[in-house]
Amino acid sequence: MSDTFQLEIVTPEKMVVKDVAEEMQIPGKNGYLGILPGHAPLITELAVGEITYRHAGDTYHLAVAWGFAEVLPDKVTVLAETCERAEEIDVRRAQEARQRAEDRLKSANPEIDFVRAGVALQRAETRLEVAEKK
Amino acid sequence: MANILDIRRRIRSVTNTRQITKAMKMVSAAKLRRAQERALAARPYAQMLTNVLKSLVSRAEIYDPETGEPRHPLLAQRPENNVFLIVVTGDKGLAGAFNTNILKAASRFLESKAGKNIEIETIGRKGRDFLKRRYPMGEPRAADAQAAAQTTIIGELVGALNKVDYAMASDMAERVIERYSKGEIDSVYLVYNEFKSVIAQRLVVEQVLPIGQIGEVQVLQAEEMGAKEKERAMEAAKGAGVGVRPVDTREIDTQAARFAAAPVDYIYEQAPGELFRSLLPKYVGIQIFHGLLESVAAEHAARMTAMDAATNNATDMIDSLTLVMNRARQAKITKEIIEIVSGAAAAQ
Repeated sequence: MSDTFQLEIVTPEKMVVKDVAEEMQIPGKNGYLGILPGHAPLITELAVGEITYRHAGDTYHLAVAWGFAEVLPDKVTVLAETCERAEEIDVRRAQEARQRAEDRLKSANPEIDFVRAGVALQRAETRLEVAEKK
Repeated sequence: MANILDIRRRIRSVTNTRQITKAMKMVSAAKLRRAQERALAARPYAQMLTNVLKSLVSRAEIYDPETGEPRHPLLAQRPENNVFLIVVTGDKGLAGAFNTNILKAASRFLESKAGKNIEIETIGRKGRDFLKRRYPMGEPRAADAQAAAQTTIIGELVGALNKVDYAMASDMAERVIERYSKGEIDSVYLVYNEFKSVIAQRLVVEQVLPIGQIGEVQVLQAEEMGAKEKERAMEAAKGAGVGVRPVDTREIDTQAARFAAAPVDYIYEQAPGELFRSLLPKYVGIQIFHGLLESVAAEHAARMTAMDAATNNATDMIDSLTLVMNRARQAKITKEIIEIVSGAAAAQ
């Protein structure tokens, strides 16, 4: 069996990644999943988190916010709402977003949707974490 | 006979105008190409998502096997009392009948839904300006409101069309889904100019909610381009170097068709029903996104055609003015010769 698999990450705006990988980690909704070539066919929803994959000695990091993945023995396809490579992340914007979300969570305003603010905070933090790894 | 100097001045002015229209045509052509690329780039995701949902429909028994009733609120039809309409026009004019046609289609649709409570949200300045003159602004209606049926504008989005992104569409989708689930609105429609290629366009009213069959767009009202419009658009496209054939999407589609449809037993990390529920809202988002992208492409195409026609008209005008000018010049020369000759004759 081949020791690599194909990898495609698609967002509504473009195809972000079309590559080959030897190993990959995806943030499944029920926890992170490690994927090696020959993985059993699997379908899962993704949470907010970080996708990491390795190819030819290099490790790539991407921030993903909600997605959906299909894993086949020789191919992994990820549909993601937003997905950015570490070097594409706008750190300033993510920091601002984090600040905004934190402010909202701290305020006592009952009209605030805390779930949404929480998700926003998580997204911003993931982005910042991933951005550091470039 | 008109003054030669005046005519010359007019020719110069028309030449200047022609330069501007020509430049605008080329700019629109470039923007159109970019818009087409974006629409194409959005296709794999849309197709894959549709595909997954389709395969989940059977696996998760979304439709009750006995009664055939859908088990998801976004799929269920219910009596339509409160209608929500999204009108997508352009922000700018100078695009021929582009905006007018959309607004005409929207008006026709509104007539067909007369007697119901209708809420409108406009995307694009032109649509907002037009509809605001006809209908009052209003607040989104609460689910239990008992007011008489009326048509109000409850939202507008202006100046966003030159940077359409998915976040915009998904925000809107989230909003309408939430209101739909609360029962504040019973259906959502999108009116926009569909764009397959420069010569294959339609004005459509699409039903966004409730979702009918997944993967099939429910079109309530559609209007093809006229033969004359097509001819003109074809000419403009030729002049600007834009292809007129629809982009071939077969490869993307067959690629996408394989997604999540391999003939194997997948391990589902989540129950299929749960997956379906979290994916379905994305489908609404992608449908709105698709509408926005096509409308933007269509707007550029319309502007390109209009500016091509304007350039041609300017050329015709310059030709006829030049003719008039030459005639006037000749008349003047003839007159001068006659004056000299008759002057000489008188002197003898």
